[in-house]
Amino acid sequence: MTLRWPRLLAGDWLLLSLLLLTCGASFHWLWWQQGNAGELILSADGKVVSRWPLRLDHRFELHGPLGITVVEVHAGRARIASDPSPRQYCVRQGWLSRAGETALCLPNRTAISIGGQDQDDTLAF
Amino acid sequence: MTHWHSDTRELLASSHDHQLARLAACGIVLALLDAALPSPLPGIKPGLANIVTLYALASLGWRAAVWVSLLRIIGAGLLLGSLFTPGFWLSLSGGCGSLLLLAGTRWLPRRSFSVVSYSLLAACGHLGGQLLLARGWLIPHQGLWLLLPPLLTAAVITGLINGLFTLKLLESAKDET
Repeated sequence: MTLRWPRLLAGDWLLLSLLLLTCGASFHWLWWQQGNAGELILSADGKVVSRWPLRLDHRFELHGPLGITVVEVHAGRARIASDPSPRQYCVRQGWLSRAGETALCLPNRTAISIGGQDQDDTLAF
Repeated sequence: MTHWHSDTRELLASSHDHQLARLAACGIVLALLDAALPSPLPGIKPGLANIVTLYALASLGWRAAVWVSLLRIIGAGLLLGSLFTPGFWLSLSGGCGSLLLLAGTRWLPRRSFSVVSYSLLAACGHLGGQLLLARGWLIPHQGLWLLLPPLLTAAVITGLINGLFTLKLLESAKDET
């Protein structure tokens, strides 16, 4: 048996290129175009303090038992700019931009999370 | 003559049954190999057992492909100890998805679509079936769709490689006869 490359037919090439296009499109739409998250939800002590549309830049101060958590909204993204928690996990998490992303500053009992357009997903849990 | 219930009854297995059993056994071996290979991401696997399903489809028809693939899924589930676990149901829904798409290939003109196309469709059907089950039952969260781009890319690549393998296999089987 000689090792010969099997011959692909016209339809195979067509289907293959269509699928590769779909792959590219899925990366484009699902990964790189997902900045359209709706709003930022700020919580302190387990309660929602306020909701803020991500398209408006703003700085917030959330008050917790340890001190003040500074939240920054800029260019459709949000982050914890500073926080008194000892390990700084929520600060190091950096910018959040996708629906469902959350940064928790547990010691200071503050948190931010990004809400998407549809909010019914967590009901099943 | 009286029939006693201790009498042995012969279940006649036709040569067709033997062929199916042989293919399903090959599929189980490949599925075990699949499970043993390390994978870069959970969910990305070569899907080698699909080669056997495709071979059964091309040489014996769609019904045979259904038998071979279901026997393989249940057999591999028994051997891996994953029977009726979420992994088993994912594998079953993936198998059903790919069989459904393979059923649709009968309308593809055979002159321009080879088994490579079938393999690509089967891989996508497998992914589709698994993702729908995962979204509906295991992980009901919109974020699951973020897994789609890498998984789809992996499905296209593995589908292409498996399809080329199957094409080669069918060609050499034809050369021998």
